[in-house]
Amino acid sequence: MSSETLLSVKNLEVTFNTPKGDVHAVRGVSFDLGRERLGIVGESGSGKSQTGRAILGLTAANGKITADQLKFHDVDLANLTPKQWRKVRGARISMIMQDPKYSLNPVMTIGDQIIEAYREHHKVNAKEARHRAIDMLDAVKIRDPERVFNSYPHEVSGGMGQRVMIAMMLIPDPELIIADEPTSALDVTVQLQVMAILDDLVRDRGMALIFISHDLQLVSSFCDRVLVMYQGHVVEEIKASALHEAKHPYTKGLLNCLPKMDGDHSDLPILEREASWAEG
Amino acid sequence: MIEINKLNAWFDDNHVLKDVDIKVPKNGSFGLVGESGSGKSTVLRTITGLVDDWEGQILVNNKELGPTRDKTFYRLAQMVFQDPFGSLHPRHTIDRILTEPVNIHGLGDSDIRVVQALDQVGLDNSFRFRYPHQLSGGQRQRVAIARALILEPKILLLDEPTSALDVSIQAEVLNLLSRLRRELGLTYIMVSHDLAVVAHMCDDIAIMNHGRIVERATASQLADGRLEHPYSQQLYKAAGGYDRAVIDSFVDWD
Repeated sequence: MSSETLLSVKNLEVTFNTPKGDVHAVRGVSFDLGRERLGIVGESGSGKSQTGRAILGLTAANGKITADQLKFHDVDLANLTPKQWRKVRGARISMIMQDPKYSLNPVMTIGDQIIEAYREHHKVNAKEARHRAIDMLDAVKIRDPERVFNSYPHEVSGGMGQRVMIAMMLIPDPELIIADEPTSALDVTVQLQVMAILDDLVRDRGMALIFISHDLQLVSSFCDRVLVMYQGHVVEEIKASALHEAKHPYTKGLLNCLPKMDGDHSDLPILEREASWAEG
Repeated sequence: MIEINKLNAWFDDNHVLKDVDIKVPKNGSFGLVGESGSGKSTVLRTITGLVDDWEGQILVNNKELGPTRDKTFYRLAQMVFQDPFGSLHPRHTIDRILTEPVNIHGLGDSDIRVVQALDQVGLDNSFRFRYPHQLSGGQRQRVAIARALILEPKILLLDEPTSALDVSIQAEVLNLLSRLRRELGLTYIMVSHDLAVVAHMCDDIAIMNHGRIVERATASQLADGRLEHPYSQQLYKAAGGYDRAVIDSFVDWD
């Protein structure tokens, strides 16, 4: 990994204003990201997705972001105008969402959607764009790219849909990809195949990746470094290869409560939460 | 307790179950594993009467099932569905959700039964008059289990009961299911896409692919990875996490 810092986040806070009072979703998250694969892991409500969305300025309208620093190279992400955002989103940072069923446009062919993503950021003619799109479908290992190019999202399987999503997000050649549970809706084997495609492309093109997931095991076998989040705080940061040396009781609890294939049917250890974990 | 012989089922022209044989002894726990579209949930749905077009023999408690199910069947066997967000009526209180099956079956004493059912799944009385949206996912799944238990069935058909839950909550619900089986002498058929969950919960396991059982194993065979069929081996390896070399060896089973 090079030591060059792509993204620097310091003391990120995300608060949502709701009728029932303020909800503090992200509380003081800090990290620096180089050209590496960073995993963010946590359970529902831990703030992992909101951290990812805040980086791309996708926080809902009732949310407020504050940070001491939120910098991508020398761009200050905290104070961009909508026009400036359009130069960053997709082109330099892009995001892969969880479920292709909801994140692809159902009434537009897959080819047209990929071309749209490409031409938004590259001035090329229609023929060249089509050529690029088909190459990209080929790169995500879709066997018959011409057929898929002309299909609508409902005509392809979930695994195929997520490959299309990856193709669309990678075609403008961004430097940073944020993948929010990109494979959780897929079967295990398909999940791994899709991750392998993402892995190869990110590696070949020298991109940085933030991989957000609830699955600690999976993330640690895939990423270089893992942040474990609990109630908006990062409770532990560990090298993925040293996961078994995790020190924080929350991380250990998450690992221990997984059922194992050891033929042991006795009760699983229950994760006992302590209030102090949420105080940072 | 449950014996299924040569079960075949169709959705229109689509042959979704092919000669499925299953035997579950009393107080046993049987696991069905497979990927989406393998037919694992369809087996449960056929037993519980939600599939019309099927052939073969299903014996529950030594009684052969016909095309329809009567009330005595549902007192004996109840189903718990995957998604606790979808399976509870959003505008009924927990009390009403739990009282309804008691009234349908005319059991009486609904007040006592509701309190007891909530207690069995580890929810205190304060949950009784809340609505489903006021509960967390894990609490909702406990209510779904309580609704099944309130008829004092002997068989629970569990369709991915924990796959919508966080791992820490999954552990709690799995422990609850193990305890209930011990204490109430229940018989389970559990469907899951997660090999580890089934290995933890079940004594006998069948691995399904495209409507067929491709392999049967005991929990200890699974623990040692002693699987013969290449499809089950692939599933077993996939459960081990991200390993580039393993992934390259995957074959499509379309």
